[in-house]
Amino acid sequence: MLAIDGSFLDFKQLDLLAMRQTAIHRLDPRAKVLTTLLFIICVVSFGRYEISAMLPFLIYPMVLMTVGDLPGGYLLRKILIVIPFALVIGIFNPVFDRQVIMQLGPFEIWGGWISCMSILMRAILTTSVALILVAVTGFPATCEALEKLGMPKVFTVQLLFLYRYIFVLTDESVRTSRARQLRTFGRRGLGIRQFGSMIGHLLLRTWNRAERIHMAMLARGFSGEFHTTHRQSRFGREEIVFMGGWITFFALFRVYNAPQLLGRLFTGTMP
Amino acid sequence: MSHHKVEVKNLRYVYPDGTVALHDVSFRIHHGESVAIVGANGAGKSTLLLHLNGYLSATSGEIVIGGTQLVKRNLTEIRRTVGMVFQDPDDQLFMPTVFDDIAFGPLNMGLAAAEVESRVTEALERVGAANLRNKPPYHLSGGEKKRVAIATVLSMLPEILVLDEPTNGLDPHARRQLIALLQAFHHTRIVTSHDLDMVLDMCERTIVLQEGRVMADGPTLEIFGNEELLKTCRLEKPLAMQGCPICSPGSRIMPEQKPLVPRHGDKYHDHDH
Repeated sequence: MLAIDGSFLDFKQLDLLAMRQTAIHRLDPRAKVLTTLLFIICVVSFGRYEISAMLPFLIYPMVLMTVGDLPGGYLLRKILIVIPFALVIGIFNPVFDRQVIMQLGPFEIWGGWISCMSILMRAILTTSVALILVAVTGFPATCEALEKLGMPKVFTVQLLFLYRYIFVLTDESVRTSRARQLRTFGRRGLGIRQFGSMIGHLLLRTWNRAERIHMAMLARGFSGEFHTTHRQSRFGREEIVFMGGWITFFALFRVYNAPQLLGRLFTGTMP
Repeated sequence: MSHHKVEVKNLRYVYPDGTVALHDVSFRIHHGESVAIVGANGAGKSTLLLHLNGYLSATSGEIVIGGTQLVKRNLTEIRRTVGMVFQDPDDQLFMPTVFDDIAFGPLNMGLAAAEVESRVTEALERVGAANLRNKPPYHLSGGEKKRVAIATVLSMLPEILVLDEPTNGLDPHARRQLIALLQAFHHTRIVTSHDLDMVLDMCERTIVLQEGRVMADGPTLEIFGNEELLKTCRLEKPLAMQGCPICSPGSRIMPEQKPLVPRHGDKYHDHDH
């Protein structure tokens, strides 16, 4: 449980990063959200055996990390959490897809290995840009940008509440779990059965809290309409340059496989 | 300005499951008064508070606030007049930043952006938390959260402040700060608490509830001086009113307990009697 504790404390770290003041932080959130979305679309739309063509796309997260002054080690650890999930998706590819695609000396490389690697690559690229987006924009501002871009307000409010109370909820579950752990003396306690009732309790507590929050909202004149003051933001020259530059970059490297072209340039061979 | 008085007449409330939470509660609180509502757990304090801004509606009896009867069509007006600070600030601070939270009430009141801005600034300065303006609520300490929670209702310019267990969970320093802050207000204040020392510092009048009935209503000092009454209502004298634990063991609640430190002639015990 301490692990959960730790990883959520880290979550707050993400929030603190978003308060920094760099050229990237100052950009209008909409520009960053749109660029990130386009990046993800480009990466996801590559063919299933593609790896080398995706390499230039590493440049985008790297540039943002450098300009946004983000700690690389911290982001890397966050990305590592996602890798096992991606592996689960790709792990059976080598079993089912045994078509030989490449011959490296005595080794035959199956299509399954390549497509598994490709899935991993995509997972790393997309999670890193999503994390970076939140780290240089902040979660509330990201939600606000999505709303300005046309996402229904109900979803924004849901997301904001989720983000606000995830800290409170994890705190509660960590406390419950610690109380259990301290009375099981390292054994398994009552096993899985008691986890059921623990989760039930957590749900009831959440329910009660929701009721109290609603009470607090009503006490301050809430009548179903969510008013928020939007932070000052403008879509100016910087935003256009930022978006325009990256979109050109993405388009170029989506169409041309740069590493392959580079390779040909040096070896002079044509397929 | 007697029009900001709070009148509760023969209030009775029965929960849907049939539990009678309030039997027959009546009192009248005048403008600018600071009143404590005390009582054991389950005495009906919180249920009573939830009536004051119309979250629960009485089974019978009536509530009049500032000459306005508390009925459904007056709810908006009443909720603006009565600022309610809940026990757990995490319930009250639900917006992404402190600013958004304090602006929540004024925005619901339909105020213009500039007015909202100045109200937020004013409320934050009032509670001494101007530096917290752009922080998310989960980055605040307990004392800071409490002060910001108070600011969220101050921004609606209420005439009456209702606080549920305001000193709950605060460290001694934060508790002192909060009491000083509340003492400086000129609003009508209604406070529930088990912290009777805070009540002694803050409220000139106390209403004692027991099992949904008003057991006593009068000057705080008088009520806390009545040991018989306190005992029947499962309360005890504030520490400040209990004798010195070393030289007058008779005043201890549990006389069979031995004093913790030697009785005479040591460095811990040098006050005048």
